[in-house]
Amino acid sequence: MELHDVWFVLIAVLWTGYFFLEGFDFGVGILTKLLARNRPEKRVLINTIGPVWDGNEVWLLTAGGATFAAFPEWYATLFSGFYLPLLVILVCLIVRGVAFEYRAKRPEENWQRNWETAIFWSSLIPAFLWGVAFGNIVRGVKIDRNLEYVGGVGDLLNPYALLGGLVTLTLFTFHGAVFTALKTVGDIRERARKLALRLGLLTAVVALAFLLWTQADTGNGRSLVALVVAVLALVAALVANQAGREGWSFALSGVTIVAAVAMLFLSLFPNVMPSTLNADWSLTVTNASSSPYTLKIMTWCAGIATPIVLLYQGWTYWVFRKRIGTQHLAEAAH
Amino acid sequence: MNLALAPETLARWQFGITTVYHFLFVPLTISLAALTAGLQTAWVRTDKEKYLRATKFWGKLFLINIAMGVVTGIVQEFQFGMNWSDYSRFVGDIFGAPLAFEALIAFFFESTFIGLWIFGWDKLPKKIHLACIWMVSIGTILSAYFILAANSWMQHPVGYRINKAKGRAELTDFWAVLTQNTTLSQVFHTLSAAFLTGGAFMVGIAAFHLARKKHVTTMKTSLRLGLVTVVIAGLLTAVSGDVLGKVMFKQQPMKMAAAEALWDGQKPAPFSVFAYGDVEKGHNSVAIEIPGLLSFLANDDFSSYVPGINDVNKAEQQKFGPGDYRPNIPVTFWGFRWMIGFGMASFAIGLAGLWLTRKKFMLPQHLRVGEDEVPHLVLLRNKALDPQLTKWSWRIAVWTLAFPLIANSWGWIFTEMGRQPWVVYGVLQTRHAVSPGVSQGEVITSMTVFTLLYAILAVVEVKLLAKYVKAGPPELTEADLNPPTKLGGDVRDADKPMAFSY
Repeated sequence: MELHDVWFVLIAVLWTGYFFLEGFDFGVGILTKLLARNRPEKRVLINTIGPVWDGNEVWLLTAGGATFAAFPEWYATLFSGFYLPLLVILVCLIVRGVAFEYRAKRPEENWQRNWETAIFWSSLIPAFLWGVAFGNIVRGVKIDRNLEYVGGVGDLLNPYALLGGLVTLTLFTFHGAVFTALKTVGDIRERARKLALRLGLLTAVVALAFLLWTQADTGNGRSLVALVVAVLALVAALVANQAGREGWSFALSGVTIVAAVAMLFLSLFPNVMPSTLNADWSLTVTNASSSPYTLKIMTWCAGIATPIVLLYQGWTYWVFRKRIGTQHLAEAAH
Repeated sequence: MNLALAPETLARWQFGITTVYHFLFVPLTISLAALTAGLQTAWVRTDKEKYLRATKFWGKLFLINIAMGVVTGIVQEFQFGMNWSDYSRFVGDIFGAPLAFEALIAFFFESTFIGLWIFGWDKLPKKIHLACIWMVSIGTILSAYFILAANSWMQHPVGYRINKAKGRAELTDFWAVLTQNTTLSQVFHTLSAAFLTGGAFMVGIAAFHLARKKHVTTMKTSLRLGLVTVVIAGLLTAVSGDVLGKVMFKQQPMKMAAAEALWDGQKPAPFSVFAYGDVEKGHNSVAIEIPGLLSFLANDDFSSYVPGINDVNKAEQQKFGPGDYRPNIPVTFWGFRWMIGFGMASFAIGLAGLWLTRKKFMLPQHLRVGEDEVPHLVLLRNKALDPQLTKWSWRIAVWTLAFPLIANSWGWIFTEMGRQPWVVYGVLQTRHAVSPGVSQGEVITSMTVFTLLYAILAVVEVKLLAKYVKAGPPELTEADLNPPTKLGGDVRDADKPMAFSY
């Protein structure tokens, strides 16, 4: 295994970490409209992710930065090519971060309602668009001989990619519901479990369709294994959810995300962004990667830093392990 | 195509807008994290309530500010790929590494420990909670270091070779990128300026309250901390600026000649206080100068030779081929002056403030005040300033808040525009760095969206800051004064409300 292969795996790990973690906090954001019946319940939902959403989002920044360093060509083609969708995602992430931090900073109902609306949309839109983006990466896009994206925005909105968007949207919402059931007490916990069942079934339908389509188009033996794991984990997550084993259910919905992302990357390899115009113009781990020297330094850095990050982020989840309900939310100090 | 709308121009405007805006929050974040941590340390060590109140007050302003710093930083991570894809392809092998280091080491640190700090008041024992804000502070400083190493490489590329076959620059010595003198002096200069900014922010807000005789105990402590920070950081900013200036005279003589509107080399070279000239013809029609000073700034020698814009332009034409290698002279010239002028004005005001509010030194008994009284402003030995002058002194102290912010913005505009037409000095020109596949419409769309969004958020942020500034330090609660002794907090009372919630 050469270093650029190692980095292909590491980039996959970073995206997996991002979707696992920000996946449930996107889901919780979406549930503020789907699950919460009143404003105190919305607050409970927002506070389940309060201490952690920012750390979760850094997985995206790291995936972006690491792609820049390890696969400059991939970084350049991807972000200049998917320009407008990425712009929408960035705007959502900006608004979302400010919304979490500023919502409770004023008591006026109008102020808080506006930020709550912002949290819902700025969670829903990226949850959908990341699926669209990855659908396009796996399926391939119009890349010319100079490794430039030459398609339009319309080309990105093809049925396969849109289905991918639905998968991430439903999967993250399901993941968020399972997380909510794990992190709350009282009525909202029960309702989160009930909603998780329905969301899980919906996810199963769209995800299975999308993953089978992927397998048929670009799959191989290894991706098939990941597909099977993803589907089994999703079913098991639903079973655990019905049995009231919330910790297991959350871990298993996490495994679903890990396996689904793994499947996409396995069917992509050794390409990182295939060209639909000419196979010779595809971006691959070889032609898109940095020099061995840079990759070596990056490997050292990632090898040392990532386990430490996992340790202290894990510790954060342990510190804030207590379930919360409406009774835990004092009138916020303004 | 209309030149004003050339892709390079648009992409540069967008980078300028998003980066200058982002950098309004960065220095405040860096300095307020450390200052808040310092105040919290004082509380943990002395148990004095005024320190806890100050920690909570400045901590809240810090959080309102860092939220904006974080979200506007997301754009920075991606816009190299979006608008500058040819740049990314050419330098990614080198430039990407410090960015990835920054994310892996600094961003995770900041974002995780800030969550622990915000929500951890009733979950973490005092000292561990304190450690969290220090972790945030270390994170902000590491972040500054890595991103400045990346920027320094654009100012003065080292530790690389050009791979002709792949058409890109490749890293050969990462250590050189991290430790070259450009990096070290830029980090030194930027961090001191950051603390000057945070100190002035503290001075301005404390002065606002003290002028109204409100929250006196906490604000007196804050004023003193702010003034001392301003003076020390101001001094270090000047020293590091001189060091960085000398480095730049060697590495980018064009930038420094442009900063001085020194058209033709002189020995000795004067420092220009004011100049007005004709860029096309390459000379000044009006100039007020201090003889020899520029020679000293450049080479520590009042009589040394300093090359001018026309000389460097010719030299670069010989080295890199025909072309115009001059940056925008008026912007570089005035940017340099506004940076120094506003920065040093706040330093001077800090120095004056420290003298005017002195506690004992050369201060007669009747002018000394108690713990909860607003200090008299005493200029000479025996007499406080009259009410009118006192009012104006406090007012000027409030204005100081803005000075370093202006200085920082011009500092970056100067250093980035002064490097033009290069994006990586001597290696890659800015016009070869833009994304060839991104249309004019797309750049205009994103620039409009970001500008509007940033403008709206600026209004929201400033109003929120003003609200919390006016509200003053919070009253302390039972819970504040009795922090948990165990990790995870009090678990006996299952329904106890959280100390902090969104």
